Amino acid sequence: MSYPTTFRYTKEHEWVQIEGTRARVGITDHAQAELGDVVFVELPSLGTVVKKGGHLGTVESVKAVSDVFAPLSGKVVAVNSDLESSPETVNQSPHADGWLVALELSSPSEANDLLDAAAYEAHIA
Amino acid sequence: MRTLFDYPPREGVGGIFPTCDVPSGSPAEVLGEGLVRRNAPRIPNLSEGDVARHYTQLSKLNYGVDDGIYPLGSCTMKYNPKLNEDVARLAGFADVHPRTDEPLAQGTLRVLFELSELLRGISGMAAVTLQPVAGAHGELLGMFLFKKHFEERGETGRTRVLLPDSAHGTNPASAAVAGFSVTEIRSNERGTVDLDSLRAELDSSVAGIMLTVPNTLGIFEENILDIARAVHEAGGLCYFDGANLNSFIGRARPGDMGADVFHFNLHKTFSTPHGGGGPGAGAVAVSEKLVEYLPVPWIAKAGETYRLDWDHPRSIGSIHAFYGNFLVAVKAYAYLLQLGDEGLREVSGDAVLNANYLQERLKKTYSLPYDRRCKHEFVLSGEGFPDHVSTIDIAKRLIDYGVHPPTIYFPLIVREALMIEPTETESRESLDRFAEILETIAREAREHPELLHNAPTRAPVRRLDQTQAARNPVLTYPFGEQTA
Repeated sequence: MSYPTTFRYTKEHEWVQIEGTRARVGITDHAQAELGDVVFVELPSLGTVVKKGGHLGTVESVKAVSDVFAPLSGKVVAVNSDLESSPETVNQSPHADGWLVALELSSPSEANDLLDAAAYEAHIA
Repeated sequence: MRTLFDYPPREGVGGIFPTCDVPSGSPAEVLGEGLVRRNAPRIPNLSEGDVARHYTQLSKLNYGVDDGIYPLGSCTMKYNPKLNEDVARLAGFADVHPRTDEPLAQGTLRVLFELSELLRGISGMAAVTLQPVAGAHGELLGMFLFKKHFEERGETGRTRVLLPDSAHGTNPASAAVAGFSVTEIRSNERGTVDLDSLRAELDSSVAGIMLTVPNTLGIFEENILDIARAVHEAGGLCYFDGANLNSFIGRARPGDMGADVFHFNLHKTFSTPHGGGGPGAGAVAVSEKLVEYLPVPWIAKAGETYRLDWDHPRSIGSIHAFYGNFLVAVKAYAYLLQLGDEGLREVSGDAVLNANYLQERLKKTYSLPYDRRCKHEFVLSGEGFPDHVSTIDIAKRLIDYGVHPPTIYFPLIVREALMIEPTETESRESLDRFAEILETIAREAREHPELLHNAPTRAPVRRLDQTQAARNPVLTYPFGEQTA
């Protein structure tokens, strides 16, 4: 699977898709492949304020339970509640339907510190 | 596999009851109409013989330390001597009521007192409580003691506990349950705590560190004295997780390494059954500064008389009803008396020797990411095989060869981890056989990977669908529906 060049990435294997001051967040194809079959996704409640690097949620697979960290600071304005009943979407479509949350960014310039697709692919190579 | 509910019910009842010799009326008269059930209870109507055969058949499907090697890393599945069981079944121990008056329970109190003293000597610390009933329970107690210590000193800003990424999985959970936040410290390339990363985190918000010694890679923290000194200088406390005590018992003492709290897993190091075979016991030892906070009652001795001492106003209180899992303590006491000082030294010596023997042999066949002298356990990686063969396939294939697989996919810092702890009770023949099986499986992985993908084929059940089991768990018995 390719890594969309319009996304930004973290070394902890989250992706962000930024549109203005809003950003969608998910985990990368590499992350879902490493985790194996995802069986449970725990997401924050709407309105939660997170700091960059703070705890955003948890993804549980048959192998391990992993924290998801906020790639950017902001407020949770949407969560992908479909994942409650279909956690496998994270495996099947990590970069699109398997998105986790949407954030209203409080300091969008933080995105400058994130990796672009090429840098992320180099990181996981 | 059938459950008791799947047998055809017997006619009538499975036992003969004596004639009732007390006055009785109808249930409705005695209980009132509202409490009388309208439908028969759904319980299996079987004879004693049916039930005995059912459970005997189930027991034949089991695998335990009495069957063969059980190399479950981090669990210390050593052989459990039968003398422990004999001693625990003595009527004076097995039948004593927890509310028996102290003068009539002197023997039981003496066992608790003397076991505490033995553990105190092994740990080199100031005092011991036997109350916690599991390792994680001991950890939680330790975190409560941390909390109490800082409350008494008015240092309530100390809210963070530092944890290496090679710690036992229960450590962060225990810290969090006690109300601390957890900061992870990364391991260095040698598999131990990186001192610079540790120092960078130490400030007045740190309550202390939880360190698994040796860590889950089976590696001893060679800088443990520096780690403890740095934490103490920053005003913090040191919790050492003693689940891996089997690797150094009788040779080194956590008290000399700077521990403020140390827990013993009596069910691991001290050979009492666990993992379905019996309850645990997580005795806790503390340094001088935490003694007064230990749970009550303490076991006190005056002359030759033992009593329960509740008079410790600064204690955090009780954390378990009565005195912990008493019969587990009896078994651990029996084990210690059997071995003595010299025997305990041999336990750790042989546990480390066995682990290193297996490690040196198996690293020729499997990758060993942290290739150095190990303590009681080591962690191989199942990476590097063709055809998507992974650690789960290797583990399942081990079942086909009639041995219990090691711990897998832990610790998380090794990809495709196989965490192997043979313990001191395996003979060289047993170790060689286990190694041969793993070597055969590695060959099969390259030549006939389908043997691994299809495993197990010789177990009572084939490979279970872990994903479906976790996504759609069936948590109730499906009455009236067809079961497999």
